[in-house]
Amino acid sequence: MTADAPGFGVYVHWPFCVSKCPYCDFNSHVRSTIDETGWRDALLRDLETQARPFADRRVTSVFFGGGTPSLMAPATVAAVIDRIAALWPLAPDVEITLEANPNSAEVARFRDLRAAGIGRVSIGVQALDDDALRLLGRAHGGDEARRAIAAAAAIFDRFSFDLIYARPGQGLDAWTRELGAALALAGEHLSVYQLTFEPGTRFEQLRRRGDIVPLDDETADAMFDATRAILDAHGLPAYEISNHARPGAASRHNLGYWRYEDYLGVGPGAHGRLTLGGVKYATRAERAPETWMAQVAAAGEGMAARDVVAPADAAREALLMGLRLTAGISPPRFQRVCGTPLDAALDPRGLARMIEGGFLRRDADGTLVATPAGLRVLDAVLVEIAR
Amino acid sequence: MTDLDRIRNFAIIAHIDHGKSTLADRLIQFCGGVDQREFRDQMLDSMDIERERGITIKAQTVRLAYRAQDGKDYVLNLMDTPGHVDFAYEVSRSLAACEGSILVVDASQGVEAQTLANVYQAIDNGHEIVPVLNKIDLPAADPGRVKQQIEDVIGIDASGAVEVSAKTGLNIGAVLEALVQRLPAPVGDAAAPLKALLVDSWYDPYLGVVVLVRIRDGRLVRGQKIRMMAAGATYEVDRVGVFTPKPKDMAALGPGEMGFITAGIKAVADVKVGDTITEERRPAAEPLPGFKPSLPVVFCGLFPTDTADFEHLRESLAKLRLNDASFVYEPESSAALGFGFRCGFLGLLHLEIIQERLEREFDLDLIATAPSVVYKVHLTNGEVVDVYNPVDMPDPVRVDHIEEPWIKATIFVPDEYLGAVLKLCEDRRGRQDQLTYAGTRAMLVYRLPLAEVVFDFYDRLKSVSRGYASFDYAVDSYEEGDVVKLAILVNAEPVDALSIMVHRAEAESRGRVLCVKLKELIPQQLFKIAIQAAIGGRIIARETVSALRKDVTAKCYGGDISRKRKLLEKQKEGKKRMRQFGKVDIPQSAFFAALKAREN
Repeated sequence: MTADAPGFGVYVHWPFCVSKCPYCDFNSHVRSTIDETGWRDALLRDLETQARPFADRRVTSVFFGGGTPSLMAPATVAAVIDRIAALWPLAPDVEITLEANPNSAEVARFRDLRAAGIGRVSIGVQALDDDALRLLGRAHGGDEARRAIAAAAAIFDRFSFDLIYARPGQGLDAWTRELGAALALAGEHLSVYQLTFEPGTRFEQLRRRGDIVPLDDETADAMFDATRAILDAHGLPAYEISNHARPGAASRHNLGYWRYEDYLGVGPGAHGRLTLGGVKYATRAERAPETWMAQVAAAGEGMAARDVVAPADAAREALLMGLRLTAGISPPRFQRVCGTPLDAALDPRGLARMIEGGFLRRDADGTLVATPAGLRVLDAVLVEIAR
Repeated sequence: MTDLDRIRNFAIIAHIDHGKSTLADRLIQFCGGVDQREFRDQMLDSMDIERERGITIKAQTVRLAYRAQDGKDYVLNLMDTPGHVDFAYEVSRSLAACEGSILVVDASQGVEAQTLANVYQAIDNGHEIVPVLNKIDLPAADPGRVKQQIEDVIGIDASGAVEVSAKTGLNIGAVLEALVQRLPAPVGDAAAPLKALLVDSWYDPYLGVVVLVRIRDGRLVRGQKIRMMAAGATYEVDRVGVFTPKPKDMAALGPGEMGFITAGIKAVADVKVGDTITEERRPAAEPLPGFKPSLPVVFCGLFPTDTADFEHLRESLAKLRLNDASFVYEPESSAALGFGFRCGFLGLLHLEIIQERLEREFDLDLIATAPSVVYKVHLTNGEVVDVYNPVDMPDPVRVDHIEEPWIKATIFVPDEYLGAVLKLCEDRRGRQDQLTYAGTRAMLVYRLPLAEVVFDFYDRLKSVSRGYASFDYAVDSYEEGDVVKLAILVNAEPVDALSIMVHRAEAESRGRVLCVKLKELIPQQLFKIAIQAAIGGRIIARETVSALRKDVTAKCYGGDISRKRKLLEKQKEGKKRMRQFGKVDIPQSAFFAALKAREN
C-alpha cells in the first residue's frame, strides 16, 4: 500500500438480493427476474459517462457492493472490470473486492469471479450459529458459512468476512466463543459490527412493537471492549471503528472513503466524491433500480444529483470520516483532500474539552486521533469539535 | 356634543364563549356602523391573538346611532371590555365609564364564574343590568331555567331578560330598545372643569398612543392643554374622535360621551388606566375616584433561545410595552440561560399572551422559566424584601419568615365533578370558604396560595371536570407560609433557572419528580450526569444520566457521506437548542417541562 499517493476508487452497486434481511437499511431490492444484459449495459454506460472528466486518474480500488453482487453473472463482473481497465490505468497493487453471500450457490461462482478479475472477497457471514443466522434472516447456515470462508481462502488472494454481534439475548461469553471460532477461520481482515435498529427496517418495527428487545448497553459495551482485546491479541488490530486487519491488509477501497479520497459511484443509489478543478463534487444516483435504468437510458448516467460540496462541508466530511480510523487524521493529508487546514475545521474549545475528557488525542506531529473511548461515541465527539 | 338624555353608555358582560363579541357585532350592524363589505367577525378585537383565542385584551368603544321607537335619535356607546380575570382592573375601569351593562348568558350553559365576578363588579359600579339570554335558537336552550338561575345566583330580576340569538340576529332591536328605556342617561356639567376617565390606551404605529376616554364634566377639544392628574404629565390634544367602529374625528367631546384622543404621547406607560384627565389651565379640584396602578402578580424569566437575540428581545419588549403598560420587565442574567429579562404579568393568561406575542409578532424563540409569585421575605433584622425570583431568596439563616400571596377563587362546577374539584383544591393547600348550590351546579369559594395556582391549576381544573368547571380569582392577601427554595444541581453545580419555591411539605416529592423528569429530558452525553435536588445544603433526591456508550458501531455504507454529514449537522443544530452547563447540555424544553412535573 502506498501511503501517500491519493487513491481513486470505483464503487459498483448491484441492488438485488434474494431476500431482504430484517436489519438491513441498504439500497437493496428483491426482483423475480433480472435482465442481466440490460443491467450490464446500463452499468457500463453509467461508468463510461461518469468517467469522462476523470480520465487522468489511476484506479487504486474497485468495489462491488450491494445488494448482493455475488448474484451478478461473473461475465457481468468481468465486463465491468474490463471496462474500468480500458478507461483508466490500474495501479499495480489495485484492489478489486466483491461482497459475497456464503450461500453455496454463490460460492460455486467463486472461481469464475476470480477469473473475472476479483482479487478480494468480503463475505457476509454475520454469525456462525444457525439460530443467530435464522434470527438475522440469513439464507445460509453456520456450516455453509465455514465452507464459504474456506473456499474464499483457497480461491482469492485476499478475503474478509463480516460478523454482527450484540444480538438480542446474546451473552458476552457466547460472543467471545463465537469470535474465537471465527478467528480460527479468519485471514488478514475481519469486520465486526454491532446490531443496530435502523429506521425503515423490519427489526426496527419489531423493536417498536416490543417484539424484539435490543441487547442492553452495558453488555454491548463489554463486547466492544472484548472484541478489540481479542482481535488485538490475534494480530488483527482495529484500523477503523468496526474493521480489523493485519498491518497493511486494510481494505484499500474503504480506506479511501475514510481518508476522503475521490471515488466514483456506479449503479443505483451509489454515491461519489470527486474533485475536479479544485472543486469537490458529491454525486448521488437514483435509488430505485427502474428509475436509475430509465435515467441511464435518458442521460447516459443514473444521476439524481450532482452537488458542489462547499469547503466547510468538505472539511466536516473529511473530519467525520477520518476520525473513524485508529490512525487518525494527519493535518497535511487533511488539507490535501478537503482544502481546509485541520485546525480551521475544529472548534478549539470543544477540541480542548474532548482531549481533556480522554476522547481525543493530539500527537506531536499534529495528528488528531480518537481514543478507544472516543471512537465508540464518535458522533457525539464530532458534535463537540466540528465547526 | 350630544344632549345627556340622548346618551346611553353600556358595557357587555359575559363568560368566555357566551357570545359577547358576536352580540357586539350584531349591534354594530343593526345600527349601520359598518356596511356588509367591511364586516368581519369580532369587529372589535383587532389583534390576531384576540381573534384567534376569541378573547378581548384591550378595551374598545363603539358609538352607535340608534333611532328608538319613540322616534328620537340616541347615541349608544358600547364599551367592549376584557373578560378575563387577569385584566380585572381594566374591566373595573371600563365599567366605571358606563351607567349600565348587558349581561349575556348562554341560554343553555347558564351562569359561569366569570359572569358572576364581572356582574358583581358592574353592580358595585351602580350599573343597571339588562340580562340577555343568548343562543336561544339552540335546541338545548332553556331560558326559564337560566332566568331562574340568574335570579337565584346573582340576585337580579330576570323577568325582563331579552331572548336573542346573536348568531342569527334574532331580537337584536329589542336589546337596543331595552338599553334606551332601562339605562339611566349619564349626568355631567359641560361648564365645569374637564374631568375625563382614562379607560384604556394603546399604541398605534401611525397615530402614536391612542387614549380612550369617558367625559364626566367639561369638554375635550382639539388644541386643548390637558394634564394627567395621577401621572402629572401635560399634553396638547391633537385629535379628538369617536369609533363607529371606524375612527371619526369630532370637534369636541362633552359630558357623558366616550371617544378617543391623541396628544403626542410616546408610550403607553405614560398614560395609566384609571387616571383622570383634566385641563391644564383650569384643573378639576379632585380626580375621579378609584385610581390604582395595576401590579404584576406573576413573574417569570424570559430568555432568547439564541443568545445572539438578546438585543432583539430587548427592543421587542420595549415595543410591546408601548402597547401594554401592565407588564414590567427588567434585565436578568442567569448562569444557565445567559442574558434575559425578569418579567411581571397580571396573571397567567397575560403571561401566555405576552410570550405568544413576542414569539409571533417579533419572531423570537424564547425560553421561559417557571412562573413565580412575589414572596414577602421577613428578615431577622426586621427588614421585609419582595422576592420575585427564587434565585434572589436570601440565605435561610437571615430569614425570619416568609409570606406568600393568597387568592380567593370562585369555581362553578356540575355536581358530578365536585369531588374531584374539591380534592384538587385541597391538594393545592386550599381552604374552603363557601359551598353553595344553584340547581345542579355547585359554587365553590376557596382560598388558595397563588403559587399553587400559577402553574397548571387551571389546566388540572379543566381536566378533572372535563372542561365543565369555570374559574375566576382575585388576589386576596399575604399569609405566612412554610416556603423553601428547592435547588437543582447538575454535576454538583446549582442551575439557577431550575430552582423553584415550594411548600416544605411537598418539597421532597417535587424534588424527586423533578430529578426523574430531568433524567428523562436530558439526553445521554459523553459524561455521566448527576442530577440532584437540594433544600439548603441537604440533598433530597438524586438521579444519574449514564454516559453515552456508543453511537457509531453499526455497519454503514461508506460511500454515503452526505447522510453522515447531515446527521452531524442535525446534531449540531440540536445542540444549539441546548444550554451548556459546565460539561452538560440541557435542552431548553427541560427548563419549562421539568417544572410542570408533579406527582399526580
